[in-house]
Amino acid sequence: MNARILPYVLILPVTLFLCVFFLYPFVLVAKQAFSTGACFTMENFREVTTYWKFPISMRNTLLLAAAVVPIQLALSLLMATMVTRMQKGRDLVLYIWTIPLGISDLAAGLIWLAIFEQSGFLNTMMNGLGVVDKPVNFLSYQHPGVVFLAIALAEIWRATAIMLVILVAGIGLIPKEYYEAAEVFGASPWKRFLRITLPMLRPSLQTALVLRVILAFEIFAVVAALGGTLFPVLMGETYAYQFDLLNSGAAAAMALIILAISIGFTLIILRVLRVPKGASI
Amino acid sequence: MTLFHKIAGAASGIAITCAGVAAQADILFWSTQANPVEESQAMREQVLAGFDDAVDYQSNEVGAWLTRFNAELQANSGSIGLLGALHGNFSAMNPDDLVDVGDLGMMSASGTFNDLAKIGTDQMQYMPWMQASYIMAANKDALQYLPEGADIDALSYDELIAWAANAHEAAGEPKFGFPAGPKGLKHRFFQGYLYPSYTNGVVRTFASDEAVTAWEKFRELWEHTNPGSTNFSFMQEQLLSGDAWIVFDHTSRLAQAFNERPDDFVAFPAPAGPAGRGFMPVLAGIAIPRTTPDMEASKALVEYMLKPETQIATLRATNFFPVVDVELPGDLPPSVQAAGAAVAKISGSADANPGLLPAGLGEKGGDFNRVFVDAFERIILARQDIRTVLDDQKTTLIEIMNETGAPCWAPDAPSEGACPVE
Amino acid sequence: MSQASMAASVPDPQPDPDATPATNTRSAGRFLYVSGVVLLCAWVIVPIYFLMINTLSSPETVNSFPKPFFPEFDLGSLTFFAGFAGMLSALKNSVLVAGMTMVMSIVIGAPAGYALSRFEFRGKGTFRLLILLTRAFPLPLLALPLAVMFIRTGLDDTALGLALVHTTLAIPFSVLITFSLFSGIPIELEEAAWTLGCTRLTAFQKVVLPLILPGITASAIFAFVISWNEVFAAAVLTIENRTLTAFLLQNLDTSPLHLKFAGGFILVVPALIFIFAVRKYLFAMWGIANR
Repeated sequence: MNARILPYVLILPVTLFLCVFFLYPFVLVAKQAFSTGACFTMENFREVTTYWKFPISMRNTLLLAAAVVPIQLALSLLMATMVTRMQKGRDLVLYIWTIPLGISDLAAGLIWLAIFEQSGFLNTMMNGLGVVDKPVNFLSYQHPGVVFLAIALAEIWRATAIMLVILVAGIGLIPKEYYEAAEVFGASPWKRFLRITLPMLRPSLQTALVLRVILAFEIFAVVAALGGTLFPVLMGETYAYQFDLLNSGAAAAMALIILAISIGFTLIILRVLRVPKGASI
Repeated sequence: MTLFHKIAGAASGIAITCAGVAAQADILFWSTQANPVEESQAMREQVLAGFDDAVDYQSNEVGAWLTRFNAELQANSGSIGLLGALHGNFSAMNPDDLVDVGDLGMMSASGTFNDLAKIGTDQMQYMPWMQASYIMAANKDALQYLPEGADIDALSYDELIAWAANAHEAAGEPKFGFPAGPKGLKHRFFQGYLYPSYTNGVVRTFASDEAVTAWEKFRELWEHTNPGSTNFSFMQEQLLSGDAWIVFDHTSRLAQAFNERPDDFVAFPAPAGPAGRGFMPVLAGIAIPRTTPDMEASKALVEYMLKPETQIATLRATNFFPVVDVELPGDLPPSVQAAGAAVAKISGSADANPGLLPAGLGEKGGDFNRVFVDAFERIILARQDIRTVLDDQKTTLIEIMNETGAPCWAPDAPSEGACPVE
Repeated sequence: MSQASMAASVPDPQPDPDATPATNTRSAGRFLYVSGVVLLCAWVIVPIYFLMINTLSSPETVNSFPKPFFPEFDLGSLTFFAGFAGMLSALKNSVLVAGMTMVMSIVIGAPAGYALSRFEFRGKGTFRLLILLTRAFPLPLLALPLAVMFIRTGLDDTALGLALVHTTLAIPFSVLITFSLFSGIPIELEEAAWTLGCTRLTAFQKVVLPLILPGITASAIFAFVISWNEVFAAAVLTIENRTLTAFLLQNLDTSPLHLKFAGGFILVVPALIFIFAVRKYLFAMWGIANR
């Protein structure tokens, strides 16, 4: 088939599908953000951005993403290299590491709350070891740092596997001849990782990062479970507008703000980790 | 593309077969109440099983509940036969979307409830279905720390604070528990308990000097409140785990504690302030959407839900009390007995200062709650100056009242037109 | 060498094993590697283990302090759900929806992934952003117009309707993952096949398809778990054909603790079985598998 038409034929199904099931409802919702009644207005945006919790939830969301995503990236790279070099038990170890994928964020919040709450597992453990003489209240407004740490840990636990799976699938495609050649020339393992694995893995890294970052801005359930009312995030505020305040215009405005942030970061990642057509070194 | 078509075709074939198997003429009872899994199950097995037709009882979080309902309205075609929700959910709806249930020849035994159910129109928008209230509960081990001379059935806020302080000292950590979590009902405490008890009002007195005193008192109480309270939404959990000894919450959110260990806990009335013992009911209703697929069946189900036997079965299943006159049997679960006694003590107390549910706020009900929640978060959690916060929140409150034109409700003195914030 | 090399790829400043190839460094590296793997496994498993303890404990134990570190095998909470009417048909619906989501997201998504990696075409950037948009906008807001559309077209309350919504959520994963894997396959490989007489299609079938099996697997896993764990659309769009997740998770938050854990546990198990079943396809045919 003609190489000029072929790509369009290939993307046609997705485009049609998304137009019907995403773009159409999206436009309807987005329209609400710009209107109160019938006329065009930015009033909804003004309302949500001037609310006193907006800067706090914005800061919390960004901070959390900034803390969690790099750690997840490093961790998933480490895990992916570890698992590919394994000779025995590779399947089993990879399976164990991907277990959190199967756990919904609501359930993950539940699990980590059972660990961190006052009568939870962490306190039981510390109590048993004699580190503390009575249970500590980790998730209280007096220790915002600990609350943040707990949320970050739960998020790292829950969502690292998303990146891991993408990277493992990508790492497998790197021809082993490259590594063999590098070894012949005496490149150290660290050098091989830097010079072969990382550049060859760029497409997968890009995908993993983009998806992970977008999901990080939508974080909600785990935060609600562990942070309670102490740690407002953008998505929580969006739901509050939609379902508690019944203000779908403001909710749509919030969602569009999150969308704008996501697009911004996506473009940055795409730019930094540009993927050449085909793969070549 | 052709493969896609094949698969889509096959898939829809499967879907249709499945739908064919499952399709029954069940009445869909779409509810936000009896949400905990075992309560939904009890609703199905013990309450609705006795109805002539099969009823599909589905309980959802309010977000999904509302989305589905609105979608059916917009599409002008529905499968929901009966809506179950709180007064606040119905009062935010367009009256045209609900069928008048006033002509069924029945209503609740409370004139106040029947009036509330009209939501400012002259028709019954929903049928009062069941009621509850908020009470206090404590671990019996904490009773020894009650301040001297205090009667647990007639506590004042000062005595409660002293009690919580004693318990704090004895335990070495704060043991008062307050449902300030994301799903906690903290706003109702401020609207129905703290404000009426101190200021004899909610809207008019929002930023009064008495309100400042009330918040100061609450700050004192917060000193002895488990700081994990910002994660607590169902105080039965903390009562059972011992993270809190003395708690305030909705009767049905304390039920599990009493049912599991009835001998370990006591229920007692909310405390009183200078302006009396403020308290507030919780009212749930059932309504028929205009899109109901079977009007007759829906109406029959409303009638069934208000029968005395059904109301008692509902009480057992959900810990919500009847709204019609019934003789309560003696063998009710411990949670119902404890809660019922505590509520009776509040309303029968000499200094009772009953409040009503916010009325006339329409879809601004959520914004109204947010005024109080924001005040709490700023004053208590962020430790901002009380006067500044109240004056600041007051402007939002005035906007809400003016926009909705809602007249005052008890315990605020009646108003002509929108309830003023003084 | 491979074991020792891992120690060095940890970005800590430590002696390069190749520079000092003494056996003790090597075994120290191996020790570090093995303990790293064990530690990471424990990090993943321990929280799941806690979930299991709470699931298999009596309500009193779940609320007690200190917590036990061994389950007491009280099946009370699990049997509660076993008696729940409609659990089996909800399970069947969940599997059906997840299965359809999986197939549709791959069949629709993979061609686009191939196009993105192999061709330069006008509108490519916009197209890619459109794909990502779907994941950056919260579904609960889109649910209302979707539900209206479904009620009007009769898709409401069918497994297919829900699967279509879940496919929308899974498509960014399938497009981008297949895109990144196609990009990892040198185009020379395909070109070589063309010169050997393959058409674009046969070259694709014989050369490329086997190579991206891991990517397909990864996409399938994502599609499955996304659909499996999605609550909101499921709660709104299915009534009689409820999925297990909508059935359980929706009301879990407000349920007593022991039922929360048991319900959470019941939901996790099928997803884990699925991942277990497909895990080995995550490894590519030539890269790792030949080693």
